[in-house]
Formats: sequence, structure tokens, C-alpha cells
Amino acid sequence: MSSSAEQSYQPASFTFTDENLIKAKAFIAKHPDGRQRSAVIPLLDLAQRQEGWVSLAAMDYLAGMLGMAPIEVYEVATFYSMFQLRPVGRYHLQVCTNLPCMLRGSADIVETCEKELGVSLGETTPDGLFTLSEVECLGACVNAPVIWIGDEYYEDLDVESVKTVIRALKRGETPKPGSQKGRSGAEPLGGQTTLLTPPAEQQNREGGA
Amino acid sequence: MLHDKDRVFTNLYGQKDWRLAGARSRGDWDGTKDILDKGRDWIIDEMKTSGLRGRGGAGFPTGLKWSFMPKEVGARPHYLVVNADEGEPGTCKDRDIIRHDPHKLVEGCLLASFAMRAHTCYIYIRGEFIREAAHLQTAIDEAYAAGLIGKNACGSGWDFDLFLYRGAGAYICGEETALIQSLEGRKGQPRLKPPFPAGVGLYGCPTTVNNVESIAFAPTILRRGAAWFAGLGRPKNSGTKVFCISGHVERPCNVEEEMGIPLRELIEKHAGGVRGGWDNLLAIIPGGASVPVLPKSICDSVLMDFDSLRDVRSGLGTAAVMVMDKSTDIVRAITRLSKFYKHESCGQCSPCREGTGWLWRVMERMCTGHATSQEIDTLEEVTRQIEGHTICALGDAAAWPIQGLIRSFRPEMERRIAEARASARPALINESVGEADGAAA
Repeated sequence: MSSSAEQSYQPASFTFTDENLIKAKAFIAKHPDGRQRSAVIPLLDLAQRQEGWVSLAAMDYLAGMLGMAPIEVYEVATFYSMFQLRPVGRYHLQVCTNLPCMLRGSADIVETCEKELGVSLGETTPDGLFTLSEVECLGACVNAPVIWIGDEYYEDLDVESVKTVIRALKRGETPKPGSQKGRSGAEPLGGQTTLLTPPAEQQNREGGA
Repeated sequence: MLHDKDRVFTNLYGQKDWRLAGARSRGDWDGTKDILDKGRDWIIDEMKTSGLRGRGGAGFPTGLKWSFMPKEVGARPHYLVVNADEGEPGTCKDRDIIRHDPHKLVEGCLLASFAMRAHTCYIYIRGEFIREAAHLQTAIDEAYAAGLIGKNACGSGWDFDLFLYRGAGAYICGEETALIQSLEGRKGQPRLKPPFPAGVGLYGCPTTVNNVESIAFAPTILRRGAAWFAGLGRPKNSGTKVFCISGHVERPCNVEEEMGIPLRELIEKHAGGVRGGWDNLLAIIPGGASVPVLPKSICDSVLMDFDSLRDVRSGLGTAAVMVMDKSTDIVRAITRLSKFYKHESCGQCSPCREGTGWLWRVMERMCTGHATSQEIDTLEEVTRQIEGHTICALGDAAAWPIQGLIRSFRPEMERRIAEARASARPALINESVGEADGAAA
């Protein structure tokens, strides 16, 4: 944690909304009595969904709720890369640049994002609308290159389609997530080689041995 | 080639209904109670006979793992934990099982938990899989509502609770003891083994951690019989596997195939072949970022299973096939993986914490050739110092790609060093000449 002068963006307090308090209790209830700290990760996520990032006040609030020392919550929050410990843009573009994406042109995707948004990796646009980050493997490698925005993956990107996605976001629209080349999933584009038999003829209901 | 009738993941591509009605039409939840009625010993024996080896990377026999759990439940309850923290670069198979065939996983959780006397199972899914988690939660809710899980699951008399838990972005949580730490609300730092999770796992209780794909195979194996599964593939490498084919192929895809399929056939049949043809192939990483890269000469004939790939000093890992054609900067490619391991080291063990950063920095110099030939030997030696000297296998995983690179592409590394030297010398001469001119003027 940096000095308080650098932390001027920190809110003075945090509490869950009534709706999120119900969700928080449900997360805690998934674990045995006395093991409530298990819920710290889901609750940090819930706090981040509520305020857009995870503030010190939110972490202190969760420490109280879960019976943890504040430092234990900070330890968890700083360990996991999904938790943003300072404000980020409304749209957080997280571009995968790991090997499978790199082989399919993620460097061009990063460059296009930087040009379209006028910021470099790790920066937020002056209007606070977009943050651009590099992330490690998102686990959608056969649909590379991939960008993760909000709750959605945008897959099978190229320079043109990433421009389309960003421009739609700028207009306040929600671009269609998933494959930008029209795939339903991870099937080979234009030439499916398996699962061509109609389900009725598939044998996998048969008893065996 | 494997026939559709022998494919387990019949909605792998999400083209059909993934919810309960659709899953039932594809055979899921068919006669689950009958399987439970056959008893724990039958289930575990059948899993052992099937030859299923863990699909998360290590390839440990699943049935044998299940048999390690205590035979009686003492004061501490038993747990099954399903590892859905899929993050090995190149790997995206569990994602498709979760979002398109979630009921196979839910049913597998019930069967496996019952066999191991666990009334509770947690599925730990990586935090980025938000839509996937939503599908899985819907499937869990549907299964509860239909009485398939919960109190008296499937009318079997067995009470079973299944909870979904979302992680928050840490590759290391795919390591089973780090995953348990995370599930307990801590940093994902691996624990020393022993004690193994089967003795002391989640909340200090007997726990088995299995990969999504392994668990999702169980219902079909138990329905169709171990002999069917064992009849596919080769001895000790049986069954089918979801392969993820990424990189420089015409049509990247996931596909379920028979274990032991030749690598070349896998790529040419299902992924449209290597971009520019097979002769344009440079190298393939056959099992996710952690396994050593194979040069084309080995790719020409190697079979895709645990033992075949081990014999060529690589590994099946997660069966994530990353294809690189001749346009690839192979040193840069492996360097990107080194950067990944540096980013993901949990920082607990010095050889890994310091070593992964050191490897990455030296690899950056290897990319440009600003190194010496002896440094390649030092690099190799340092990987040996990291490998096997850490609590978990992340240190090994950081070492192996570099060892594979040196083994197969040392001449390319040497070439860069020579080239950098050759271009550095005239520059130095020009510089000194320029300075002399400047001094004269």
C-alpha cells in the first residue's frame, strides 16, 4: 500500500448494498461453520462489482464481516490478478498476449487498441471510460486472439473486428461477445470434422460391458 | 479415426441444448441410481479397469487416486474438489465441457463423491470464466431442482451438496494444494506434500482433487463399461481425450479424439493442417506451455498419448497442441512462456521466485543474441537448479520449455549470438571513427 497522499482516491467507507449483503451471506453459507474466510475471494469480487474496484475501505469492511485481520484480506486481494486495487475505466480491456494469442496476432490487437484508445498498456483514457491491460492466458486459445471485457470474452479477433468492438463500446453499445467470426464455440471454422452424426444415432446411451 | 458413437462430449461445440433436457436427450443422468446401487467398490474398480488417467496434466490413474481416500469416514468429512482453474497456456477444453456439457460434470461429481464417501464437493473455476460459471451454476440448480443432487440424490439415499467457487486470476491455483489454500480464503501458495490431500486436504479433511475432464468422463465410463473405454487408445493410455489445437493451423479447434492418434493426423484431419502445409512446420508444443517443444522431425511420427510423448522427452500434459510454422521466432515464443512463469510464480520458494525472473531476463537477451554461447550452458544449468527444488511443479514447468528449446534449437540460439556479434563490431568501429572525425573538426 502506498502513502495516504497517493491514495486520495480511496473512499472513506464501504458497505454492501442490501442486495449484495444477501449474496454475501449465500457465499458464506457454502462453507462449514467457522470457515467463513473461505468466502473472502467471492466477497472481494462482489465488492469489486459494486464499486468498480476494491478499495481499502471495502477490504476493511470484509475483514470485519469475515473475522479476518485486515492484513489477511490485503494479502489475498494483492495476490489475485483480477482484483483492481485502484479505479479502472468503465470498460477494462484485458488483452491476452500469451503464446497461442501471440501466434495469432495479439501484437496487432494490442497496437490497434492503443491507437483506437490513445493510451498504452496499463493506462486509462482521460475520460475514465477505458483501461487497457495485458493479461496472461485466458483459456480460450483455439479462439485466439482474445480480449476480456467486463463479463465477456471477445474471440477470433483481427484488426478490423477489434476496431468494431471498441467503436461500439465508445457509442455506448454492447458488442456481441464470443467469436467475431461466427463460431458457436471451438469447432473448426468452415469444416467441422466430428459430431456430425444426428444425436438419435449416437450410441452413447447404450449400456456396456 | 474415432467414431461419433464413441465420443463422450457430444455437445462440445455448444450447438445443442446444454441444459438438463438437452443433456438428458444425450444420455446424461440415465440410470444414475443404478450405478450408485452397484456400490463404491464397483465404481472404483470400474474406473481403475478403464485405465483413465487424469486429464489435468499429470496423468495419474483416476481410479487409483480415488482408492487412496480413507475407507471409513471418521470425525473429519471427506471432500471432492474439482479443478476447473484451467489456465495452462494453450488449454481451453474444460471451458467447453463446462459451458456446453455441464451436466456431465455435475453427474460425475455425484458419482465420484459417492465413491469417495464425500457428501460435499466444490468445483473451483477460474474467475475469468464468468459465463461458463453461470452455465455451470444453472446446471447445478437444475440438478438440485430435479432431485438429482441434494438430499437423497437420485433417490439413492445419499445426500450430496455441490458448490461452485470462483477463483480470481492465479495460474498457480491449478496446483491442487494451492487450490485448496485458495478455497480456504488464502493466497494460493502450494503446501508441502506429504501430507497428501487424501489425508489432510480441504479444512484439514481427506480430499481428492480431480480435473474437470476426468470427472466428466466418469458417468459415460460407468454406463458403457470400463472395457469400452479401455478398448480405445493403447494400453495404459486408454480412452479418448479433448485436444486443443491452436497457433499456426488453418482451422484452430477443440476436438475429442482417440488417445494415441498420430500428431500429424490430428492436425491434418481436424485443424485443416499446418498453415502453408506440413513442410512449413517448425515446431509444436504438444501438451500446454509446461512441456518441452518438439521439432518437426519428431512431430512427423509421434503419437499423442502420455507414454509416447514421454519417450520423446516431452509430455501429453493437457493435450494443448500449439503449432508453430516456419515464420515463428522460436526463441521469442519460449521467452513469452518464461515471462508467463515469472508472472505466475507465487513467490514462496526462492529457486522459483528468483529463478523464473532470471530465466526470463536471460531469455530476453537470447532473443536478440546479446549473450555468449557459454550463457546457453549457464541457462541450462540454472533450469536444472530450479527443477525439482521447489514445493510445487511450477518451477519444473518454467524449466522444461527452456530445456526443450536448448535441446532442439540450440543452433538457432548460437546463430543469433554470432549475428549480434557480427553486427556489433562494425558499429563500434564506425562509432570510434565518428568520434575521431568529431575531434578533428
